[in-house]
Amino acid sequence: MYQYDQLDQAFVDQRVAEFRDQTRRYVAGELSEDEFRPLRLRNGLYIQRHAPMLRIAIPYGLLASRQLAKLADIARRYDRGFGHFTTRQNLQLNWPNLTDVPDILAELATVQMHAIQTSGNCVRNVTADHLAGIARDEIDDPRPYCEIIRQWATLHPEFTYLPRKFKIAVTGSPQDRAASEVHDIGLHMARDAQGNIGFTVLVGGGLGRAPMIGQVIRDFLPLADLLSYLEAILRVYNRHGRRDNLNKARIKILVKTLGIEPFREQVEAEWQLGRASAARLPAEEVARVRGFFRPQPYVALEDFDASAGREPAFQAWYRYNTRPHRVSGYRAVFVSLKAHGQNPGDMSSEQMEAVAALAERVSFGLIRTTHNQNLLLADVRQSELYEVWLELARHQLAMPNVGTLTDMIACPGLDFCSLANAGTLGVAKQIQERFDNLDYLYDLGDIEIKMSGCMNACGHHHVGHIGILGVDKHGEEWYQITLGGSANGFTALGEVIGPSVPKTQVAATIERIVEAYRTLRAEGERFIDTFRRVGLAPFRESAYATHSAAA
Amino acid sequence: MRRILRRREMAADDWIHLGEEAADGAALIVPLAELRKDPGRWWQWSGRLGVRITPIDRVEELAEELPRLDLVAVEFPSPSEGRGYSQGRMLRERLGFRGELRAVGAGVRQDQVFLLARCGFDALELAEGEDADGACRALQRYDVAYQPGSPQTAIRRQRFFA
Repeated sequence: MYQYDQLDQAFVDQRVAEFRDQTRRYVAGELSEDEFRPLRLRNGLYIQRHAPMLRIAIPYGLLASRQLAKLADIARRYDRGFGHFTTRQNLQLNWPNLTDVPDILAELATVQMHAIQTSGNCVRNVTADHLAGIARDEIDDPRPYCEIIRQWATLHPEFTYLPRKFKIAVTGSPQDRAASEVHDIGLHMARDAQGNIGFTVLVGGGLGRAPMIGQVIRDFLPLADLLSYLEAILRVYNRHGRRDNLNKARIKILVKTLGIEPFREQVEAEWQLGRASAARLPAEEVARVRGFFRPQPYVALEDFDASAGREPAFQAWYRYNTRPHRVSGYRAVFVSLKAHGQNPGDMSSEQMEAVAALAERVSFGLIRTTHNQNLLLADVRQSELYEVWLELARHQLAMPNVGTLTDMIACPGLDFCSLANAGTLGVAKQIQERFDNLDYLYDLGDIEIKMSGCMNACGHHHVGHIGILGVDKHGEEWYQITLGGSANGFTALGEVIGPSVPKTQVAATIERIVEAYRTLRAEGERFIDTFRRVGLAPFRESAYATHSAAA
Repeated sequence: MRRILRRREMAADDWIHLGEEAADGAALIVPLAELRKDPGRWWQWSGRLGVRITPIDRVEELAEELPRLDLVAVEFPSPSEGRGYSQGRMLRERLGFRGELRAVGAGVRQDQVFLLARCGFDALELAEGEDADGACRALQRYDVAYQPGSPQTAIRRQRFFA
């Protein structure tokens, strides 16, 4: 993985000193709450319902064991002994003291970490495919380019006060595992006719209040032009994006208002004029950063079925929680953060330490976070899978439900977040309890539930096969259900099935929906494919069949 | 008395804004709208002339007039107003403006001055009440940067170059 050089280290150290001074001025009354807010947000610090929340950056979801161990240590000493992994591959601490935050950031800096630009109207953490570097269908490893973008975007002189937040995702495979089409900019790695590396550039995707799918602005951008082209897009957006209405300030609104063609013309014109003074990306710098992402020193091994002859529980885990690897003899292992009875994405300090130590032993000391709120050990020898399973099971991290209905995404919701309209954690628990039969889950197969507690859509509900959105109805928590969303390759926004349902009815309604699927499906057909074939109507009919309370 | 942070030092303002008492021959800053309304009058001004632009003004449209201007003042009505950073860079890098580039308004605070300087602003008219010592320190807060930028700060090392 990338290692800081002196410049990177000096930068994060100086950033900590700056924030320490800003915090001091706030506490001393020299900065008002309004003045302090944009400064703390750009260092990941929110003030939430109960306490501050600190969102720590995990660039493109990659962590070293010592970093995960440090997060465990920080969560224990400065918080309540757990953290929450988010859909943008970051970690949130829900209870730190505001005055401790400069110290927390200083500790993070000792392991080459930070919380810079995890919030605020600036370029956020750049995310990537969690199978980067090990996927069999990959064109190129996206992570070096994520790292280059991370550095370029960090405290960018021109783009630190944008109209609104700005999210970039990079995917290296044709199969999009980074939800890149619902990002402000999505970069798809591509090769031109000569085999040169570059990107197909998408712009204007996003979820939130007005969900939109990104559109291609450039079919092929040569790698050397990456930064100058990003600058051109950001400059057009910075100058012309709306600043008068928070709900219309994302770049997707600008793209939609202008239309993709006029927007492209503006960007291309800006690019031609601005290239000379934009940041260049020399081949040596690309080579330097790529050097940190070379393939691991794999041993030559044969593939074999590690599950053969083992007990059914291991076989289930092997089938659902591991994935093929580019290199024979290895598999990728999901660490499920979706045990029933646990908040999706939550992880205790003990669990973090256990996974950090395990990764050190079996996966080259590296851990990845996924946008589905699980962790991944990317490079495990097949011969060690059984031992890994035992160790993960010992720490309640081996729930064999990855890709099933209870591997759901949920934001923290009303229990923590001051933006939320409704709770998500209670609903997640309700769903886990109703769908606690693994055989039934396996029969349902690949179904993604994504849940958000408000329109801001941190839980990506628009792109869930089943999306759940918490809404406030006269002070009560109700839930709007959408079907047919997807962010994997064929990106689609879910359709609202009908009137929202009260909190007590969410799991029951979902059960009627999946029962309808079981009736409607063709042999071997996934939920999402059945939905695409038959449409919303039959599901709507079933969802409300016995439920007259909805209005 | 307006305080200007210029080349890392505080200086008294030697410019007058239109509407203030201006002796003949004084250095005068005129809003762009005013300059457009009565160009004949302002281009004959006896002293140095500067123009003041707002976040929605298109700097490209100043191209022809820039060689005759000694100063461009860019308004930052609040710390979250980000358009002026683009205006500043474009004035310097694209339009080649070599006069004084001044950031003005309630948004020019100590936590903004470093980025402003990196975008080419060589004169920072601090918001009323802002701590001048803090602003001087903030200009030297970082000695490293990732992006290319104007050399007004204490930057010794940077990653990317233009």
